[in-house]
Amino acid sequence: MDPAILLIQCLNAVQYGLLLFLVASGLTLIFGIMGIINLAHGSFYMIGAYMAFALQPLVAQYLGGGFVLTVLVCVVLATVLGYFLEWAFYSYLYTREHLQQVLMTYGLILVFEELRSIIVGNDVHGVPVPSWLAGSVRLGDVMTYPVYRLFISLVCILVAALMFWVLTRTRLGMMIRAGASNREMINSLGIDINRLFRIVFAIGVALAALAGAIAAPVSSVYPGMGNAVLIICFVVVVIGGIGSIKGAFLAAMLVGFVDTFGQVFFPAAAGVMVYLLMAAILLFKPEGLFKH
Amino acid sequence: MKKIFTHTALAAALALSAGSAFAAVKVGFMLPYSGTYAKLGEAIENGFKLYVQEQGGKLAGQEVQYFKVDDESNPSKGPENANRLIKRDGVDILVGTVHSGVAMALAKAANDSDTTLIIPNAGADAITGPLCSKNVFRSSFSNWQPGYAMGAVAAENGDKTAVTISWNYAAGKESTDGFKESFEKAGGKVIKHLTLPFPNVEFQPLLTEIASLKPDAVYTFFAGGGAVKFVQDYAAAGLKDSIPLYGAGFLTDGTLEAQGASAQGLQTTLHYADGLDTPRDNKFREDYIKNFPQLPPDVYAVQGYDAAQMLEAGLKAVDGDVSKKDAMRDAIRSAKIDSPRGEFTLSKAGNPVQDMYLRKVEGDKNQFVKIAVEKLADPARGCKL
Amino acid sequence: MRFILRAILLLVLLALVLSLPSFATSYYLGLVVKIMIYALFALSLQLLVGCTGLVSLGHSAFFGIAAYFVTLLSPESGAGNMLWLLPGAILAAMAYAAVTGALALRTKGIYFIMVTLAFAQMAYYVFHDTALGGGTDGIYLYFRPEIRLGDWVVLNIDDQFVFYVFTLACLLLTWLFLALLMRSRFGAALTGIRVNEQRMRAAGFSTFKYKLIAYVIGCGLAGVAGFLYAVKDGYVNPELLAWEQSGLVLLMVILGGMGRLWGAVLGAVALTLLQEVFQSHALFGEFASRWHLTFGLAIIALVAALPQGLAGLPDQWRNRRRPKSISSASAQ
Repeated sequence: MDPAILLIQCLNAVQYGLLLFLVASGLTLIFGIMGIINLAHGSFYMIGAYMAFALQPLVAQYLGGGFVLTVLVCVVLATVLGYFLEWAFYSYLYTREHLQQVLMTYGLILVFEELRSIIVGNDVHGVPVPSWLAGSVRLGDVMTYPVYRLFISLVCILVAALMFWVLTRTRLGMMIRAGASNREMINSLGIDINRLFRIVFAIGVALAALAGAIAAPVSSVYPGMGNAVLIICFVVVVIGGIGSIKGAFLAAMLVGFVDTFGQVFFPAAAGVMVYLLMAAILLFKPEGLFKH
Repeated sequence: MKKIFTHTALAAALALSAGSAFAAVKVGFMLPYSGTYAKLGEAIENGFKLYVQEQGGKLAGQEVQYFKVDDESNPSKGPENANRLIKRDGVDILVGTVHSGVAMALAKAANDSDTTLIIPNAGADAITGPLCSKNVFRSSFSNWQPGYAMGAVAAENGDKTAVTISWNYAAGKESTDGFKESFEKAGGKVIKHLTLPFPNVEFQPLLTEIASLKPDAVYTFFAGGGAVKFVQDYAAAGLKDSIPLYGAGFLTDGTLEAQGASAQGLQTTLHYADGLDTPRDNKFREDYIKNFPQLPPDVYAVQGYDAAQMLEAGLKAVDGDVSKKDAMRDAIRSAKIDSPRGEFTLSKAGNPVQDMYLRKVEGDKNQFVKIAVEKLADPARGCKL
Repeated sequence: MRFILRAILLLVLLALVLSLPSFATSYYLGLVVKIMIYALFALSLQLLVGCTGLVSLGHSAFFGIAAYFVTLLSPESGAGNMLWLLPGAILAAMAYAAVTGALALRTKGIYFIMVTLAFAQMAYYVFHDTALGGGTDGIYLYFRPEIRLGDWVVLNIDDQFVFYVFTLACLLLTWLFLALLMRSRFGAALTGIRVNEQRMRAAGFSTFKYKLIAYVIGCGLAGVAGFLYAVKDGYVNPELLAWEQSGLVLLMVILGGMGRLWGAVLGAVALTLLQEVFQSHALFGEFASRWHLTFGLAIIALVAALPQGLAGLPDQWRNRRRPKSISSASAQ
């Protein structure tokens, strides 16, 4: 393979992996800290994308802002939504068994999809790439690499760094890590576990929505986009080890590379490659790469 | 709008049923009313009902009673949804559907129960190929047709090598096979056929490969959300100006608003186009916009409209008596349909024999350029009729 | 006393089910057959989930493999022979179960769920992306297989009523088989494994072997359901192996109740009827097209209100008077 082409494929893999990480990190946080299997996580990704589409004209009109402001508004709204959802619905799931959580959140997927259909309709929509990011970088003599995709990768890396800083250097991060290790202890230490959970859940939703919003210009906005992301996200979370952000990052990168190069070298088996990867890893490390 | 139609038709049926010789003709729509293809399902139903309305609410003097089921573009629910219309509602004619997998299930159910089926979109070659049958018709196209037409155009343009790309499913394969057939017949060579699993939309790795292969042209078959994304990605990867992209019409039909600038100048082939400027098409468009102001008249509406015309041709021949199935089906098969797309007839296998147009994207329209191939008939390989 | 009551109830139900063809229309008959097939499918999963504590999210793979087996190997020009097509379909499902089970059973809890999902997805992609099964458009089964000994046609299931009774017989036989299995020593071992695997191992049981055998049997029975499904409509499609199907049958088992074997049947009936009801224009008018919403809300409400499923309802009512106990440890 031509070295320039190889470089581009690596860039593709990294960008895909980073975006997966953004969504999967929210899922693993929720799963690891709160012990909830949330099948509706893909729906939050979809909500973020649809919000980016629906709010862009409004932000332009009333706030005079562009794409970045729209994304920020989406994140804020998603955080509020997450906070509310946790209080209204998810807080009742803690005492439930995993299976019931699976099924109730499965029902939630159906509800979200139908609500989306009622509110926004079923059309496929595009979100325009902001003009200051619309260029391309020349790589090789025929191919160019879109600047916007580099932007996505940059945002993901920044968010990952921010997450790392929060988890290791702030009180909130300390509480989160403690809550992941031992929930009952935290409660008896006087920390309000309910509020903590609500914050963590809101963060998880915000991460997924952010991913959806920034991915919207390249993936377009369409019904069912949440389901496709959901399954791959679960694979990433399981490979990385449930509750481990580090694991989610590594797993997302692995999945990104396997999927990208799998498509190039084994197009017929491309769909299976990721699952083979997961099965292979679980057979050697039955609890994922980084056990929590 | 639909609600008013159904109620009007029903009211008319009830009010005038005393006068008609036979009970109303029961038409069952099995279309996607939810999910990505919902808009297409709506357009097809609107087109069908528009024609019936133009005939005064009756076809061949018969009232029409409508039933509908949402097939959700889910093939595994196909048989049970089809049976809802056939067995529960007892329809005489089935009209459906968009998704080829669902159409396969629908065709099987129609064959098993000997119900007449008119397919207003799904282009699976097999349905008018090895699985062809006397009671199944299409008012749309076979996947092979637009591909074949484009191959001829590409060869005419002087392209010598091409790369084809699509999802790894029947429709993609049939379309790119059609392209390959005419392209290689004219001396060109398809150097590689790239696929990715359906409905994956991560095109970057394959776009990179196209860039490394450096063909004269790229032919693609994508539809819906995949079409939007592919065209955008193709342009973003800088390939649009260096390697011409051709596609079956669905690449740019109904997707131009989302694709924006990245689709401008794209050439596609389809059996319909904007700017045909024939009196028949102009009248159709005028009527459609008047009745459905929110929706642009598109190929799906035309296909639904023509399905109604085909049904009328059959009903006229039997004076509205749907129980005379064989006579009705023979009449449909030998009909000449005065369609907004141009006149077309049906092949023995039940597929339209029609002109394929070359179109170019200008603004938000797929502007008619010229006729790519005249009176193109699907070869219906494997059909025993 | 309770036994006699139960026997009477069962006989009444049986009589009802057998008399249905005489007054139900063709469509509703087909619906009942579909319910029976899904009841069989759910029963096979109940062996894994409710009896052994193995939560599988990949059960649709075995359903689909059997369905494709009978469709691919049935001749296009005439009826195939069920004497080898049915066992063959079951064995195909069991073979895949043996291989994947041996690997999957090395994991536990949520990881087991994910690995079973992974294996199901692999099977899904084989049928979805390769030319093996005609790809995403699916393939036809032209003639229903019949039971043939040489030239003598013992049983032909083309007739709707005959097929109805045949499906009912399959369901009842499977139910009987599983009931007897759970009453045997093997079944007792499975129950022990579900309650506390550690203790069973300490008692000297080779739990892996027991789990694998249960897994293979359960998946083989799912193959029976898949066979019947393919034969019923004559059309199979890769979506039969999709994870949504696995989720649906799991939902049936949980909704019906994991505590009792017949909970699976109840769940299948309830869920299918729920879907029919919510899609019915007669009851919901225009809103019937939005049935995903009502169905989703119903699922949430039912799972929330019935932690032990429908079959656990009598117990739930009985326990209402007593103070709530701390939630029991969930088998992980």
